[in-house]
Amino acid sequence: MLRFVFRRLLQLIPILLGLSILLFAWVRALPGGPAQALLGERATPEAVEQIEAQLGLDRPLWEQYVQFLGRAVRLDFGASLQTGQPVIEEMARRFPATIELAIAALLIAVTVGIPLGYLAARRYGTWLDSVLVSASLLGVTVPIFFLAYLLKLVFAVQLGWLPTAGRSDPRARAEHPTGFYVLDGIVTGDPAASWDALTHLILPAVALASIPLAVIVRMTRASVLTVLHEDHVRTAEAKGLLAGTIVRHHVLRNAMLPVTTVIGLQMGVLLAGAVLTETVFAFSGVGKFMADGIVQRDFPTIQGFILVIAVSYVLVNMIVDIVYGLLDPRVRVS
Amino acid sequence: MSFLRVRDLTVTFTRPGQAPVRAVDGVTFDVGSGQSVGIVGESGSGKSVTSLAVMRLLPARNVQVTGSIELGDQDLLALSARQMRDVRGRDVAMIFQDPMTSLNPVLTVGRQLVEVIVRHDGRSVAEARRDAQALLERVGIPDPARRLREYPHQLSGGMRQRVMIAIAVACRPRLLIADEPTTALDVTIQAQILDLLRDLVEESGSALVMITHDLGVVAGLCERVHVMYSGRIVESAPATGLFARPAHPYTDGLLRSIPRIDDEERGMLHTIRGSVRDVVAWEHGCAFQPRCDHAVESCLGGPPPVHDLTGAPGHRVRCPRPVHPATPATGTGRSEGSA
Repeated sequence: MLRFVFRRLLQLIPILLGLSILLFAWVRALPGGPAQALLGERATPEAVEQIEAQLGLDRPLWEQYVQFLGRAVRLDFGASLQTGQPVIEEMARRFPATIELAIAALLIAVTVGIPLGYLAARRYGTWLDSVLVSASLLGVTVPIFFLAYLLKLVFAVQLGWLPTAGRSDPRARAEHPTGFYVLDGIVTGDPAASWDALTHLILPAVALASIPLAVIVRMTRASVLTVLHEDHVRTAEAKGLLAGTIVRHHVLRNAMLPVTTVIGLQMGVLLAGAVLTETVFAFSGVGKFMADGIVQRDFPTIQGFILVIAVSYVLVNMIVDIVYGLLDPRVRVS
Repeated sequence: MSFLRVRDLTVTFTRPGQAPVRAVDGVTFDVGSGQSVGIVGESGSGKSVTSLAVMRLLPARNVQVTGSIELGDQDLLALSARQMRDVRGRDVAMIFQDPMTSLNPVLTVGRQLVEVIVRHDGRSVAEARRDAQALLERVGIPDPARRLREYPHQLSGGMRQRVMIAIAVACRPRLLIADEPTTALDVTIQAQILDLLRDLVEESGSALVMITHDLGVVAGLCERVHVMYSGRIVESAPATGLFARPAHPYTDGLLRSIPRIDDEERGMLHTIRGSVRDVVAWEHGCAFQPRCDHAVESCLGGPPPVHDLTGAPGHRVRCPRPVHPATPATGTGRSEGSA
């Protein structure tokens, strides 16, 4: 198992190298540059040149890349052009919010999606199955920002059950040692703060969960349907095992294999979706800062954030592969 | 009194918007305690559906099962789903065709054996593990302690079928149903598996229903044979009688389609013309009529009755013009049937 993890970590090197080149080229292919964005449309060419020289953007691309790479391995992505603060510090401040949001969304998607998918498969061809399949189709097709506004309108504005935006009540004076607000309340022994953070988390998490939830429902349904018709389930029935045992050990256990892979892939969707969700709910995470960074042509921020997101994506998928190996002995051997 | 009594078993598959398909049509047979019975037929004859119906393993939806299936003093079709779970694996167990897919790929061999022992024998997991190891040893798996910890994909096809057999006999069922247990295996392994099955059945005194398309398998293993065609039993006889004097033209055709190494003529292999799809609905006549070399017009005048062959006790055939009548005076000779 250790060798497997080590091998996967080694594979990370070429992936990241390739990604950094792509990213570097893509950021510079954007029309306009940071100098233009900083100075506005009417900037004189001289002023633009001066700023570019300051930022080192006048040097050959390969030189800029080598310098970027040399710093990046030391986790130095330069200073944000928006705030002047080191990108790494901006990240440290904002990542917990995004991770908290993504985990909450994933929890919702998994804990609701798997049972619903299983239910649809067991009621295959009935009205319940049709409803679940149509609803999940709606889930993947409705844009997150639309759903986000809709949820906000109904549950925050009309019904007033949940707060409209932010991560916590601005009047509250809670401490945030970890940056994960729900966790912070527990750590500092302030359950009210945890509760407050949780109520702020629900709507954005539900909005963000919509796509992974729908994908997990559909995948679980398809996978359970396949497994139900497999010979070994018939064997389990022939052994006279109890229905619950068959479901847990012979159907779900096997059906979870493809679902695990899909859950890993959904992490990418979650991180991308977080940008929109955070914007709608003024949830001060990575997504919002990066969206602003792209508008501002904040090269250091974009490069740093995307690189870190890419690494976390690869790491999450590595964890998924490890889990897959634990679930499926056939993978472990090869 | 027979241990398993199947009476007028009919299985109909219904699909909305499509004509219902009667896969098994009024099948009646008995299996005595400790008796070995073969059910022979080609793909689509209804033999596997019959066995699944006895196990009550057919899907509940779009399938209609009528008739009666009695096991000991239990009426299986009257049992609740929950009660049937107690019967399966304990009183009657089944071995399936493909050992490659019949075991759960993500659970160890030991786990799959232990769970059935724990379920029916009410033993602790530790006790069941000891039993499981003994069972693996009994079915001829070397190094059983290690094999218990392995997964199905680490075992060969023959080994896996031995594991399937171990699972089936784990709770000493009084009836074992084997549905083509050797079809997916190499020929050399086939013989070993059949020997094992025969030994186990003799040892435990349990009854055996062997479902197969292979008459050779039946010859070496079964006391009584039922030949199925298009959902009905067309001939039933003691194994020796069936092989010596096949009465139904279909049985006769099957037996003569077996290539013989000591055959004098090096001619064409005998075949039954047409395919299983060329059938007549039983209510209009004999389903085998379109493929039969003996067919006459009257074969299409309603369902052919079953009658006993005179002079051959227990030999029944669903054909008015049997190939091998038991007494030479009443019928035609074999020469008429040769193609």
